[in-house]
Parts: sequence; structure tokens; C-alpha cells
Amino acid sequence: MSFLKTSQIKSPWLMHFDCGSCNGCDIETLACLTPVYDVERFGIINVGNPRHADVLVVTGTVNPRNAEILKNIYSQMPDPKLVIAVGACGCSGGVFRDAPNVLGGIDKVIPVDVYVPGCPAKPEAIMDAVVTGLGKLKGILEAS
Amino acid sequence: MARTVIPFGPQHPVLPEPIHLSLVVEDERVVEALPTLGYVHRGLELLATKRDYNQMIQIVERVCGICSMIHSLCYCQGIEEMMKLEVPRRARMLRVVWSELHRLHSHLLWLGLFADSFGFESLFMQLWKVREKVMDLNEATTGNRVIVSVNVVGGVRADLDEAQIRWIKDTLVEVEASIRSLQSTIMHDSTVCRRTRGVGVLTKQAAYDLGAAGPMLRGSGVAQDMRQLKYAGFDEIAFEPIVETDGDCWARSTVRFREALQSIDLVRQALDKLDGSELAVKVKGKPEGEVITRVEQPRGECLYYLKGNGDKFLERVRIRTPTFANIPPLAAILPGLDFADVPVVVLSIDPCISCTER
Repeated sequence: MSFLKTSQIKSPWLMHFDCGSCNGCDIETLACLTPVYDVERFGIINVGNPRHADVLVVTGTVNPRNAEILKNIYSQMPDPKLVIAVGACGCSGGVFRDAPNVLGGIDKVIPVDVYVPGCPAKPEAIMDAVVTGLGKLKGILEAS
Repeated sequence: MARTVIPFGPQHPVLPEPIHLSLVVEDERVVEALPTLGYVHRGLELLATKRDYNQMIQIVERVCGICSMIHSLCYCQGIEEMMKLEVPRRARMLRVVWSELHRLHSHLLWLGLFADSFGFESLFMQLWKVREKVMDLNEATTGNRVIVSVNVVGGVRADLDEAQIRWIKDTLVEVEASIRSLQSTIMHDSTVCRRTRGVGVLTKQAAYDLGAAGPMLRGSGVAQDMRQLKYAGFDEIAFEPIVETDGDCWARSTVRFREALQSIDLVRQALDKLDGSELAVKVKGKPEGEVITRVEQPRGECLYYLKGNGDKFLERVRIRTPTFANIPPLAAILPGLDFADVPVVVLSIDPCISCTER
């Protein structure tokens, strides 16, 4: 594999978008970056710009307003890209699925590669999801 | 210089949550700030018509993940008032323990994010490292790190045994020592002071007139804290609201820093007052009537209006959260700021958008 492809797998850059979550999964995603879990030791860096990101971590449910933003962010990311839906809300709508302004999980709007269950998902589960997703990304890169 | 409009959000590295501000700038100076909300709206107040009053506890906990325990405490307190239930003393004290642990982790989380907003990343990491110890306390005593789900109508569902109480006290000694070791950096470090002192000043009168809540109000010199209402077990606990008078970002962060230490003290007091009474009373009947109940969240005053009509479904749940109260003061202090100070000032109100929009 080329240098670029190897580094995409060895050091994925991650972007987090809160898509109508209750904050529970967001703070757990942030906790992954802090000393106790520290994903940076695996080369995973949190970035703020979707154009720099390989992995999109989305938390929360989709509503008509943030669906547009989510599509926008997803389309700005370079290919190949991974989407991880974190938490019960991101997977299916969770406890909010019957609420009037909720469309459902993230997969209603953009394709999702890895689902992380839990309300909220624990940092260990989120890290495991990123590793699982990278396996998939490796497959795509090797095939291309 | 012509006016330029700079969009800030909804996706922005400094914002953990989506909020959009249209910042009208002249040169580097902000002249006007127009907030746009609605990215996190789920409409969960209306779920009250689809979930019964016991299931609603799980819904209101997820209004906001950071202060979930305090949301459900407020809701249960309202239902208990409606159904005229007397909560046992042990349950009231345990509610204080978990609500103050929540306040502690919320303030540490906020102090970290605040440090990150002006680029002090190592302080962010240090504070979150301390916070993980508090998360361990939550996880070991209730089974979940963030959404602890301990409240039920009539009491609490989890208990603490002697060994756990001892362990909590020991861990809090470590946590307190770690927080105190960061005190001089947070309060007196020259780089921190240059970014926070005199930035985003809200006067005492303006804070009161604009209806600010929580640390925003207390940072401007108004001694108002809903814990003075003596809900849950606060009637037996010595408590004084923490007040700073400067009204700037530094004052707001100092209020939260001192409150984090105060929370440790309140947890200790509550643990010492645990008695042998039951955990919950038996609930009979259905909620009927109207009630307004208030608690102090980490971000300020939270108000619940509940209306029951003798059915198992509530007729109306109305939630008013502290961030909603703090947005008008924020819009008032943003004009005139340097553009680079906007993230610091926006974070200084401790915005919780998922609370605000529900």
C-alpha cells in the first residue's frame, strides 16, 4: 500500500458532530481523548474541519433541521470515509424515537458503517467501534 | 470598515453542541450577535402523552446527559408533591450525594472545556483526568457513568453500603487534592487571567434584569441559588451560595471552581447524615393537579411545571432550563468583543443546548 493509504489506517483523523444528542454520548466521546483513555496514543486526532477528517463520529437523533447540516458535513469529507453512529439515539432514535421532531437514527440520512449501542455508549465501546471501522476502511483501501 | 457577517457554528471545534451565531463584525470587533437555535430540538415534552409518569423519568433524564440526575430529581420531586408522598430521609440524603457528584463532574468538565476554548490544552487534560475519578464513583455506585438513573417516584433505587461510603470518602480526598493543585493555574496564571479578566463583563444590575441564572448570576454578585430552597436533603445541610463580584469570565470560572470544591463538602455532609430509613415509599394512585418545582442545576435554576389529571399519563410537562435564561445576557455581552474572545465568552455561560431545546 502507498504511504498515504497506510497513514490513513494507522492515524485516522476523527471529527465529532453532535446531531441532537443529550450530551451523554458527546462527553463520552470527548472523554476518549483525555488521559485515562487517550486515543491519541493510537494516532487518532480530533479535528474540527470535515475536510481534514477520515472518520465522522455522530451522536444523537436526526431532526429535519440538523439533517441538512449532517448531509453537508458528510459530503465535505474526502473519500474513503467512515461514519460511526454512537449511542442508542444514533442507532435508532433511542428513547426519543416517538418524539414529534425526531426522524430516527443517523442512517436515515447518511450511510453508517459502525453502530455503537449504549445509553450513553462507554468510551471503551467508542474506541472499539473506531478500531472495527478501521478494519473496514483497510478493506476498502486495499481493494482500490 | 464594512460590516461582515461571520457564521459561528452549528459545527465548530469549540462547541460540543450545535448552536449557530451570526456574528456581525467590523474589523475584528463584534457589533452584533444573532443566535439561531433548533438543531437539537426533539420535542420530548410532548412524549409525556405517550409515556406514563414513571417512564417519563427516563425521558427527562435524557433532556441533558450532563445534569441528568438533577433533571430527574426535579421531576420526581414535582410528582411527589402532587401525590403528597413523604420521601424517606435516607433517600433525600442519597439524592444530595448523587446530585452533588453530578455537579462536581459537570463543573470539572466545564472548566476543562473552558481551558480548551482559550487553547490551554494541558489544563483541559488535567481537569478531565480528575473528573474520571468522579465518573468511576458514579459507575460503581449506580451502574452507569453518565446517566445514573437513581431516582424513582417516592425515593431512590440504589443504596450505598459502608464499604462504598468509605471508598467514596477516600476518593473524594484524592479528587479534592488534585483540584486544589490546579487552583493557582485556574485562578492566578497570567495567561489565563489575560484571556478571562475583564472579558465579557456583566454587571450585577444587568445580570438581574436580563434574568441570568446560576454561576452567571452569582459571578455578577447576586447570591441566588436554588439550593437555598432546601429541597431534597438540603434542609439539614449547611450551605452558602458562592458569589464573585467581578462579573467577567474569570469570575464565572472562579464561581464554578469554588462550587466544585463545595460539592465535595456537601457530599461528605450528606454521607455523614445517612440513617437507616427506607429507600423509597410505596406509591399509590395517579398524579393529579398542577405543580411548579425548582432545583439548582450546575448551570443554574431549572424549573418544571407538571400537570396531571388523575390519569397515568401527565397532561403537560414544561421545562425551563438555565441556559435558556442565560442566552439574553450572552447576547448582551457579545457586542464590542474581539472576535477571538467569542468562543471564551460563549463557553463562559456553560451552554447546554440540549437542555435549552429539548
